[in-house]
Amino acid sequence: MSDKTYVKRYSALARANHWVTAISLVLLAISGMALFHPSLYFLSGLFGGGANAREFHPWIGLVLAISFLGLFFRFWRLNLWERTDNVWLSRLRSVLAGREEDLPEIGKYNAGQKMVFWFMSILIVVLFLSGVVLWDDSHEWLAANLGLSFTIEQSRIAVLVHAIAAVIAIVVWIVHVYAAIWVKGTLSAMIRGKVTGGWGWRHHRRWLREEFGKGAKGTPPAE
Amino acid sequence: MTNNWTDIKNADVVLIMGGNAAEAHPCGFKWVTEAKHHNKARLVVVDPRFTRSAAVSDYYCPIRAGTDTAYLLGVINYLLTNEQYHKDYVANYTNASFIVRGDFSFDEGEGLYSGYNPERRAYDRSSWEYELGEDGFARRDLTLSDPNCVFQLLKKHVARYTPEVVSRITGAPQDKFLKVCEYIGSTGNGERSMTIMYALGWTQHSHGSQNIRTAAMIQLLLGNQGVPGGGVNALRGHSNVQGLTDIGVLAHLTPGYLGMPRDGEGNFDGHLAARDFTPLLPDQTSYWQNYKKFYVSLLKAMYGSAATPANDFGFDWLPKIDKVYDTLQIFERVYQGEVNGFICQGFNPLMSVPNKAKMSAGLSKLKFLVSMDPLMTDTAEFWKNHGDANPVNPADIQTEVFVLPTNCFAEDEGSFTNSSRCLNWRWKAAEPPGNARHDAQVMAELMQRIMRLYREEGGTAPEPILNLDWQYADPMYPQPDELLKELNGKALRTIRDASDPTKVQYQAGQQLASFGHLRDDGSTSSACWLYTGAFTEAGNITARRDNSDPSGLGVHPNWGFAWPANRRILYNRASADPQGRPWSERKAYIQWDGSRWVGPDVPDYGATVDPARKVGPFIMNPEGVSRLFARKLMAEGPFPEHYEPFESPVANVLHPNHSSNPAARVFKGDLEVFGTSDEFPYVATTYRLVEHFHWWTKTSKLNAIVQPEFFVEINPALAAEKGISNGDWVRVFSNRGSVKGKAVITKRIPQLTVDGKTVHTVGMPIHFGFIGETKTAVGVNALTPFVGDANTNTPEYKAFLVDIERADPPAVA
Amino acid sequence: MSYINPKLDLVRRSASSDPEPALAPGDQVAKLIDISKCIGCKACQVACMEWNELRQEPEENVGVYDNPADLNPDTWTLMRFTEYENTAEDRLEWLIRKDGCMHCTDPGCLKACPAPGAIVQYSNGIVDFNSEACIGCGYCVKGCPFNIPRISKADNKAYKCTLCSDRVAEGMGPACAKACPTKAITFGSKADMVTLAAERVEDLKERGYARAGLYDPPGVNGTHVMYVLHHADQPSLYAGLPDNPRISPIVETWKGVTKYAGLLAIGAAAAVGLGHYFMAGPNEVSDHDEDAARKLKEGRDV
Repeated sequence: MSDKTYVKRYSALARANHWVTAISLVLLAISGMALFHPSLYFLSGLFGGGANAREFHPWIGLVLAISFLGLFFRFWRLNLWERTDNVWLSRLRSVLAGREEDLPEIGKYNAGQKMVFWFMSILIVVLFLSGVVLWDDSHEWLAANLGLSFTIEQSRIAVLVHAIAAVIAIVVWIVHVYAAIWVKGTLSAMIRGKVTGGWGWRHHRRWLREEFGKGAKGTPPAE
Repeated sequence: MTNNWTDIKNADVVLIMGGNAAEAHPCGFKWVTEAKHHNKARLVVVDPRFTRSAAVSDYYCPIRAGTDTAYLLGVINYLLTNEQYHKDYVANYTNASFIVRGDFSFDEGEGLYSGYNPERRAYDRSSWEYELGEDGFARRDLTLSDPNCVFQLLKKHVARYTPEVVSRITGAPQDKFLKVCEYIGSTGNGERSMTIMYALGWTQHSHGSQNIRTAAMIQLLLGNQGVPGGGVNALRGHSNVQGLTDIGVLAHLTPGYLGMPRDGEGNFDGHLAARDFTPLLPDQTSYWQNYKKFYVSLLKAMYGSAATPANDFGFDWLPKIDKVYDTLQIFERVYQGEVNGFICQGFNPLMSVPNKAKMSAGLSKLKFLVSMDPLMTDTAEFWKNHGDANPVNPADIQTEVFVLPTNCFAEDEGSFTNSSRCLNWRWKAAEPPGNARHDAQVMAELMQRIMRLYREEGGTAPEPILNLDWQYADPMYPQPDELLKELNGKALRTIRDASDPTKVQYQAGQQLASFGHLRDDGSTSSACWLYTGAFTEAGNITARRDNSDPSGLGVHPNWGFAWPANRRILYNRASADPQGRPWSERKAYIQWDGSRWVGPDVPDYGATVDPARKVGPFIMNPEGVSRLFARKLMAEGPFPEHYEPFESPVANVLHPNHSSNPAARVFKGDLEVFGTSDEFPYVATTYRLVEHFHWWTKTSKLNAIVQPEFFVEINPALAAEKGISNGDWVRVFSNRGSVKGKAVITKRIPQLTVDGKTVHTVGMPIHFGFIGETKTAVGVNALTPFVGDANTNTPEYKAFLVDIERADPPAVA
Repeated sequence: MSYINPKLDLVRRSASSDPEPALAPGDQVAKLIDISKCIGCKACQVACMEWNELRQEPEENVGVYDNPADLNPDTWTLMRFTEYENTAEDRLEWLIRKDGCMHCTDPGCLKACPAPGAIVQYSNGIVDFNSEACIGCGYCVKGCPFNIPRISKADNKAYKCTLCSDRVAEGMGPACAKACPTKAITFGSKADMVTLAAERVEDLKERGYARAGLYDPPGVNGTHVMYVLHHADQPSLYAGLPDNPRISPIVETWKGVTKYAGLLAIGAAAAVGLGHYFMAGPNEVSDHDEDAARKLKEGRDV
């Protein structure tokens, strides 16, 4: 009935960056899960067997780490914590019920998204560092170039840390994906790069005001 | 070995000194672990290093390399002073009671016996003899109290070797020395026995023979000779080096330890007259009286029908030597340019003969060098530059080198004679590779060509060559079994029983069963009398593989063939008292049952000789007893005396004027390159590693993996003094050359106090050279002195002087 | 190349949910290494390389007798030399220990292994690697309390002593035991080896080693390679033999609670999401929202 307005949310580069990260993360999760529990070992079939899954996993991890670094520098300012985030968090019940009228106006990211961002940032650092300890093939290079070597006890700790961090990362990932599915119209942001104005009005009103304010010739939007 | 490998399990004390059985004889060492496990034996190790043998010992005592004689004389002093010797054995079975000639003397201040000639560096040994009675027999005092009897002379001689003096000389702490004496003394009673295991740690000294003699004297004093778990046991260093010495590949001996004819002996009768085997006591066997039978049988084996009584069986065709042509003598002549060609058969002298620089210079003077070997040897490439490891200029060397590949031991059949004197036949496991040929094949072809040249062209004295009996099925390839049959010997015509002429003992052509059947009339042949019985009409006795041990004493009578006469323990008559009863039930071995000698072994005695006849148990000796006093048989004295190595950190504490062996031969030029302790302050010693065998296994990858590179072992204190860290490159140098290796810093090399002075030892393994899979190295013989034992001329590898410093890695070609 | 020997009965496979059976005591084998008889000759090392056709490049001397310097994919057993100054007895001791897989009854490598059937335990107690299934992840290295498995750079497979399972299947002892000249290595039923060890310990005590004993550590439910030690009270004297080895609690946590709790957490997260979706329904943008946005864009007050 009514014509929808559209707002640009992500540039093509940002989307590509995101999807490289996303695909890496999924591949890592699958190959990692295959080696995590015997009942999931069949997943290694996707890579052509356990040996390949083991071989590819760290290389994909390296891709993820670099790719995520891009996302991090792209988005970290927007994910800085604000006072309104506390309000948002304290009204989680309304969030889950979809009563966004009870929530303050949100900028580009809500507190949930920010938490996903920061969780992932920390977890990926942890996974990367513990992963390097476990990546035997890299050790010769590390020893030669950085003088790094690891004891077996350190690698035991690394493997436990890696597993726990991976589980948490997968849980965070589930939250992230679910939110994108539950909040209709979100996927469009990462697929087409733009969202409808209504989506922005409903979920990120302050951001929408800023976006519209930038291009508007009239008075700046009222606070 | 007087005893044998399996007998070691019967020992109560095992003394390893002058050897490192665990390292160099790991398979034989199993019998030490058996003795420990099943006989509660105690293992005592005395060594300049804490060795692999020491690692599993019950007691270890350090000693300075080259002072074993002093240590052992100290042990004798302890045994005599504390009366821990076997009195009946000493009185009845040794020459302790024999009276020595009045003109025999020993000058304690000078360290010289009567008869020394300093110009010749040799003794007139005529005074080193027993006082003979009017009956021609030696005079004795069975109470052992006559001041000129051997026992009293020995007591006086060793009295100087108090624990204090022993410790001053050897660096062994007194308490440790005395503890070792206690272990040794615990076996001087007939109830318990001690075995002594030694190897090149005793022989490779300028006084090596005396080290072993002193050990033999200890065993005689303790009554440990001829008994189970006793003996003086030489651990031979190659699978068949016992066979090598038996068959006479020594320049002064023919097969079976018969003498090589010498200048001045004249004919055969003269040769025999120079050897006097007249018994020195009534009724003694003096078995060497059969010498002529052995010799004639040997000549018949060599010259066959050409050897007749009329021509002394061809005795005149044998070479007559003017001096002993031992390894050092020969290479001295090579070095002097007096030798044109040299055939190395399984020999790598560039690495194994002392003073590599001298060796290299000598080999360069040859017109031709032949290397017969299964492997490429360093010697065969002595002319090639291998960087610091062999820094020669090929353009300067004109020697023509021929390499004739031979097969290795597993690629043919034949016999090995092991340390136990036991001949074991072995079978072919694989075909030789490429053009490799059997040694006998190479030599036969060479011989045939030489014979043909003599036949066709004549020459000076062709008889020794052309008269050789060469009755092999294939003259170009004598087979191993043919050779063993020839060594064993056969009847050349019908032989009748000596006691019953109606009985035919052998038909012509039959293999002989015993050296007791050899004749001196030319009716028998035998190339090595000791091996008679090894291949009889019953077949190849050495191929027997019945490992049953009916007595449980480690006597396996049907396994192979042990010379002589399949006897497993030599002098075993001495395991029983003069009446023929065992000294103790524990050590019962051979005993008199009223009509004959019985036991698990072949008696070393007349099988039916009644003990009442008082025939001594040491039947080879004209005395019938063993010798604490060696008569004229040793070059440097009838009793052992402590002499320092030619390179020593200290002067001889007892007689500084004659510090080292006064009778050892030193060539001009070698004397000049002996180092002194102010320039080269550290005692160096060389040794084997279990991971390698001489210079062979460095060509094998597996051996190189487990021991890849030459190294130098030093004590942490010396390392700290020199600023050397573990694994550093170090340079070790003597007055003859220098080597580089990796430093292995270890507490296993003790720091000793010798005559109040701190003495450090530098230990270096042999084995490494510039050919093979291991890292290249110069070879330790670049450092070692060109001097040998006064009797055998075995080179002094075990004690010399060096200095050491940190170094840069060597240049590699 | 290691493989599963079809002639031996499997009782455990890595990364499988089979129940963990106890080994039947009657069938168990063991190798007894009597350190008091060992002369460090390395015949066992060479026999191992020969039988298993292992050939590495010779290394350098690094100032010790241990050659090669460490276990590696081509060196499955290694003599480790330790000089110990026994001040109480005023003597030097040269302790020589043959290092290699201990064949734990409770194998940490097998526990840690993520690849089904890459590590197996036979009913006789031998723990074996199977190259076909091995993925080279190195988890066995982390699982092992004795630091034994090594990953080959050539084929990315884990290697270690097999206790010559191929020879044992044919009724022979391991190559190392066959080659040992001093009977420092013996092989037989575990019960017989324990008896022999008791005899040896008694002998050592009689020689003054009051603390001699058998090393068959209970922390891993015993091993199928055991040592007779002169100083059984201080196993770590012997080139760092663990005093009380057990599978690391970190590895136990990783392969135990983490494995299950992790799956549970992931499953729970997914379930919560699904439940929420059904309960709360999708969070949709309404036309009203779109209108408001359009107005905002056009600059009208909203």
